[in-house]
Amino acid sequence: MAIKALDYDTLNENVKKCQYAVRGELYLRASELQKEGKKIIFTNVGNPHALGQKPLTFPRQVVALCQAPFLLDDPNVGMLFPADAIARAKHYLSLTSGGLGAYSDSRGLPGVRKEVAEFIQRRDGYPSDPELIFLTDGASKGVMQILNCVIRGDGDGILVPVPQYPLYSATISLLGGTLVPYYLDESENWGLDVNNLRQSVAQARSQGITVRAMVIINPGNPTGQCLSEANLREILKYCYNEKLVLLGDEVYQQNIYQDERPFISSKKVLMDMGSPFSNGVQLVSFHTVSKGYWGECGQRGGYFEMTNLPPRVVEEIYKVASIALSPNVSAQIFMGLMVSPPKPGDISYDQFARESKGILESLRRRARIMTDGFNSCKNVVCNFTEGAMYSFPQIRLPPGAIQAAKQAGKVPDVFYCLKLLEATGISTVPGSGFGQKEGVFHLRTTILPAEEEMPEIMDSFKKFNDEFMSQVIRRVKKKTEKEKNWRRSQLIKILSPVKCPVTMVEKPEKEEEEECTTPKAEQFRIPQPLECPRAPKPKRRRGGDHSSLVAPTISFQTL
Amino acid sequence: MRRFLINQAKGLVDHSRRQHHKSPSFLSPQSRPLASPASASLVSLSRFFSSTSDMSASDSTSSLPVTVDSINPKVLKCEYAVRGEIVNIAQKLQEDLKANKDAYPFDEIIYCNIGNPQSLGQLPIRFFREVLALCDHSSLLDESETHGLFSIDSIDRAWKILDQIPGRATGAYSHSQGIKGLRDVIAAGIEARDGFPADPNDIFLTDGASPAVHMMMQLLLSSEKDGILCPIPQYPLYSASIALHGGSLVPYYLDEATGWGLEISDLKKQLEEARSKGIAVRALVVINPGNPTGQVLAEENQRDIVNFCKQEGLVLLADEVYQENVYVPDKKFHSFKKVARSLGYGEKDISLVSFQSVSKGYYGECGKRGGYMEVTGFTSDVREQIYKMASVNLCSNISGQILASLVMSPPKPGDDSYDSYMAERDGILSSMAKRAKTLEDALNSLEGVTCNRAEGAMYLFPRISLPQKAIEAAEAEKTAPDAFYCKRLLNATGVVVVPGSGFGQVPGTWHFRCTILPQEDKIPAIVNRLTEFHKSFMDEFRD
Repeated sequence: MAIKALDYDTLNENVKKCQYAVRGELYLRASELQKEGKKIIFTNVGNPHALGQKPLTFPRQVVALCQAPFLLDDPNVGMLFPADAIARAKHYLSLTSGGLGAYSDSRGLPGVRKEVAEFIQRRDGYPSDPELIFLTDGASKGVMQILNCVIRGDGDGILVPVPQYPLYSATISLLGGTLVPYYLDESENWGLDVNNLRQSVAQARSQGITVRAMVIINPGNPTGQCLSEANLREILKYCYNEKLVLLGDEVYQQNIYQDERPFISSKKVLMDMGSPFSNGVQLVSFHTVSKGYWGECGQRGGYFEMTNLPPRVVEEIYKVASIALSPNVSAQIFMGLMVSPPKPGDISYDQFARESKGILESLRRRARIMTDGFNSCKNVVCNFTEGAMYSFPQIRLPPGAIQAAKQAGKVPDVFYCLKLLEATGISTVPGSGFGQKEGVFHLRTTILPAEEEMPEIMDSFKKFNDEFMSQVIRRVKKKTEKEKNWRRSQLIKILSPVKCPVTMVEKPEKEEEEECTTPKAEQFRIPQPLECPRAPKPKRRRGGDHSSLVAPTISFQTL
Repeated sequence: MRRFLINQAKGLVDHSRRQHHKSPSFLSPQSRPLASPASASLVSLSRFFSSTSDMSASDSTSSLPVTVDSINPKVLKCEYAVRGEIVNIAQKLQEDLKANKDAYPFDEIIYCNIGNPQSLGQLPIRFFREVLALCDHSSLLDESETHGLFSIDSIDRAWKILDQIPGRATGAYSHSQGIKGLRDVIAAGIEARDGFPADPNDIFLTDGASPAVHMMMQLLLSSEKDGILCPIPQYPLYSASIALHGGSLVPYYLDEATGWGLEISDLKKQLEEARSKGIAVRALVVINPGNPTGQVLAEENQRDIVNFCKQEGLVLLADEVYQENVYVPDKKFHSFKKVARSLGYGEKDISLVSFQSVSKGYYGECGKRGGYMEVTGFTSDVREQIYKMASVNLCSNISGQILASLVMSPPKPGDDSYDSYMAERDGILSSMAKRAKTLEDALNSLEGVTCNRAEGAMYLFPRISLPQKAIEAAEAEKTAPDAFYCKRLLNATGVVVVPGSGFGQVPGTWHFRCTILPQEDKIPAIVNRLTEFHKSFMDEFRD
C-alpha cells in the first residue's frame, strides 16, 4: 500500500480555515439547478455582463484591434472600426514591447501607469506618481499582494468592516493573519463609527494582537453606503494616531446612486488634511475595470496606488509582483481606456457617453426598485443602496425558521437562501458569508438583473418570502414552552477571532407566536447592540424614504 | 562526499539569496541610483548582518506602520533573479542609449533573460488572434465585412466559443475553474495528446502557470517543516513561491555531465536526508522540458520518477509548459500523466498535477496570462479546497482561457487556416531549433565554456570556467563571479542574460542562462559580440 501523498488532514490549515461565501454552497447548488434546466438568476456576484449588460463598444473595438494588429495594415479596416479606435489601438500597441503577447513590466506598462496617474490627478487635484501605481490582474490580486506584505503571522491583525466583502476574510485567513472586525451600524445606514474602531482595536491589543492595517470599502460592499468626507477624515486621523495602513477599496467609485454624497477618494481627503497626515498616513487604494459602468469582470484588470510607502517597501512589492511576471496585457489596455475614455469631439464620444450614461442611470433606477421591493416584504428591511452594486436586506427570521434551519443542519440565513433559490431560482449570498451580528440575518443580492426583469424578480422574491414567513409562523404556534425559553436565553455574540463584549438588547418578553405579527414598529426595529458608550456621531442624511429603517415609512401589501 | 557537496550547495543557494536581497536588485528606476561599484560595496558591507541591523535607509520612515523592517519576512526572503539586478541595469542602459547613442559599443539591448518571444519580434499565430479579436468584439460577427478580414474557421471557432460562454459574455467572471466548455476542449486536447481520458473537472484555468504553482504551494506548505523537492538548477518561480509560503526547498541535483540527467538515487538520498531533519517532504517538482537546463526526459526516466513518487507518497508537480518546445529528433515529449497511466496507475495510485501555459510553445503568448493545471489523484475534499482557493480570486482572465483552449485544439487538416497555421508553427519551431543549435555551437567554441544541447524549452545554460583572477575581481566587487561575468557581458554587448546563481548550481561551477529567442537575423551579431567579449574577458583575467 502506497503512502498517501496528500489527504485533507495534511493540508495547510490556513487554506482549510479560509471561507469564501460568494462562490460557496449557494452558488454550487445554483449551478446544479441550472444544469438540471432550471432558470437561475445569478445575483450572487457583481458580474454585470453575465446578467446581460452589454460591453461598452469603444474599448472592445480598441482591444480587438490590439488582439489582431494585422488588421491595422488592412486597407478595409476602416469599414469595421472607427478612426479613433484605430488610433487608440496604435497608441496602446506602441506602449507595449511586442503587443498583447509579450510580458510587460511586472508593474504594468509604464505608459498605462502614466495614464492612470493622470486620471488620479484629474480626479483628486493632487499629483500622482506612476512609479507608485502597480497594475494587477483585477483588484483582488492587488489586495492579496499588499496583505501578503503586511501580514507576518497570526499576531498581526487587520481591521475589516463587518459586514465585509469576503475577499478580505479569505485572504487574511489564507495568509495566516488575524481579522479584527469593526461593525458598521445598520441602524445608521451602515455608518462607520470611529468609537467602534477604538473598541475593536483595544480589544485586539489586549489579546496581544498588533493591529497593522485597516480596510475600508467605499462605496460599501455588501452594504452599499457611501462614506462622507467628514467620516473619511476621522478614519484617516485614526489611522495616523494608531499607525495603521489604510487599504481603501474604491472599486465602486463610479457606482453612485444618490447626489448627497458623491464619491471622494481617501487620497484626496488625506492630501486635503495636509501635514502631518498627508505624509504620515500610509494608504493603498484599489481600483478595477470590473465594476463601474464598465463591468469588465472577465478581463481581470485593476491597479493599486501607494501613498507614503517607503521606497524599500515598494521595491519588495515590486519583487513579489515580478514573480508573477506581469498582469495580463489586454486588461492593462482596458484600464488605460477606462482612465482615459473618449473625449467630446472624438468620433466615438457620443456613443460612448450614451452607453455609459444608459448603464449608470439604469443602475440607479434598479437600486431603487430593489430596495423598495425588499422593504415591501414581510420581515425584511433594507437600507437604500447609495452606491456599489448590492442590496443587503435584513431578513428577520422568526424562531420557527431558525429551528427548521437547525434541524436541517444549516445556518439560518443559508437555509433561507437555499429555500429562496429552490423556489424562485434567485441565487443570493447569505449574510453569514459577509459577517453580521449574531442573531441577525441578511442576504446580499446584486442590483444587476436586467431592469425589465426586475419587477418580476422582486415579485417572485416577495411571494416566496411572505409565504415562507407565514409558514414558519404557523409552525411556530405549535412550539412548546421549553423551546421559547431556549430562544430567550440566547445572547448575541460577535464573530471570532476578536470577541467584543457585545450583547443584544433583550426584547420585551412576549409570546413567540407573536414574533412576526407584532405591530410594524416593533417588528422592524433593528436590534441595537450595546457595544460601548456611543459617542455622539454625525447624523447621516438618508438617501430617501426607503433608506430609512424607521418602520412607519414601510408599507405592506400582505400581512 | 556527494552529501557534503550538496550541503555546501544549499548553503550557497542560501548565501546568494541573502546577498541578493541586500543588494539593490529590485529598485524602481526612479527611487535608486544605478548599482555603481561604490553603492554595491556599501550595501554589501552589511550583507552579513541580520535584516534588522541594516536599516539606515528607513530611519526617516520609522514612524510609519509599514517599513522594510516590519513587512512579512517571507517576502524579504524570496527572490526572483530573472527580473533582478541585471535587468534593472539593462533598463537603465536602454534609457541612456536613447540619449547617448555613441557612448556604447552596441546600438540596442537584447533581452535574453526571459522567455518572452513576442517582445523579441516573434509574431503571434494569426488564427489564434483572429478568434480572440472576434470574441472580444463579438458584434463583428454580425458584420458582412468581417468575412473579408477574418478566416472562415476563425469565425466558426469564435461562434463555437461564444456559445460555450453563458450569455456569450466574455466580460463576465466565469466559473472559478474556468469556462466549462473551454475545459471540455482542453480535456479533449489532453486526451488526443496522451491517449488516455482527461476529465474537464480536473482542469483549473489560471492566469498563466505561475498562479497555479502558487496555489499548489499554498495548499501543501504549512511551515518550514514541509518540504518540496526541486531540481537544481531550477526555475526560480519554485524557490520564490516556496519561500513566500514559508516551506523548505529540498534540492536535488541534475547531473550536468549526463546532459542534466535526473538520477533517482540522488532523489532518494535527498529525500532521506530531508526526512532525517524532520522535514515532511510533500511533493516533487519536475520541469520537463527543463528550465533553465533544456533537457527532455527519457520515458524510462519518467517511469522511475512516477514510481518513486508513488512509493514515497509524494505529489508529482509536473511543469510541462515547454511541451511543444522539443528540438531534437531523438527526444519526444511525454506527459507524466500518460507515463503514469501507461504504468497502469490510476486516480488512486498517484497524485499528479500538470502545468501548462500559453506563454511558451510555438505560440509564446506571454502577455495573455493563460494557463491551466490538470489535477488528478486527489480526494474530493482536497479538490474542494483547491476550488475554494481558486474562487477567492474569482476566475482567470477570459481571453487567456480562450487562448488556452485554442492551443490545445489548433486548426485541423481541412480547416481554412490549417495551412497557414502549420506554416507559422513550423516556421517558429524550426527557427528555434536552428537558433538553439547556432548558439550552442558558438558557446562551445569559447575558451572554458561548455554547453549541453538544448533538447527542448527555450534556454541554453552554458558552464563557464572562470579564471581565478576573475573570481577575485568579482569578490572585490562583492558580487558572485557569474553575476560579475554577466554584468561585464551586458556592459560590453548589450546582451542580457541571467547568472546561474539565480537558478542554483553545484558550488564552484558558474553558469548563465540565455534564451534562444532573439530573431534569426540577430543571431550572427549576438554570436560575434559574445565571442569577442568572451575573448577579451579571458585576455583580461586569464590566470
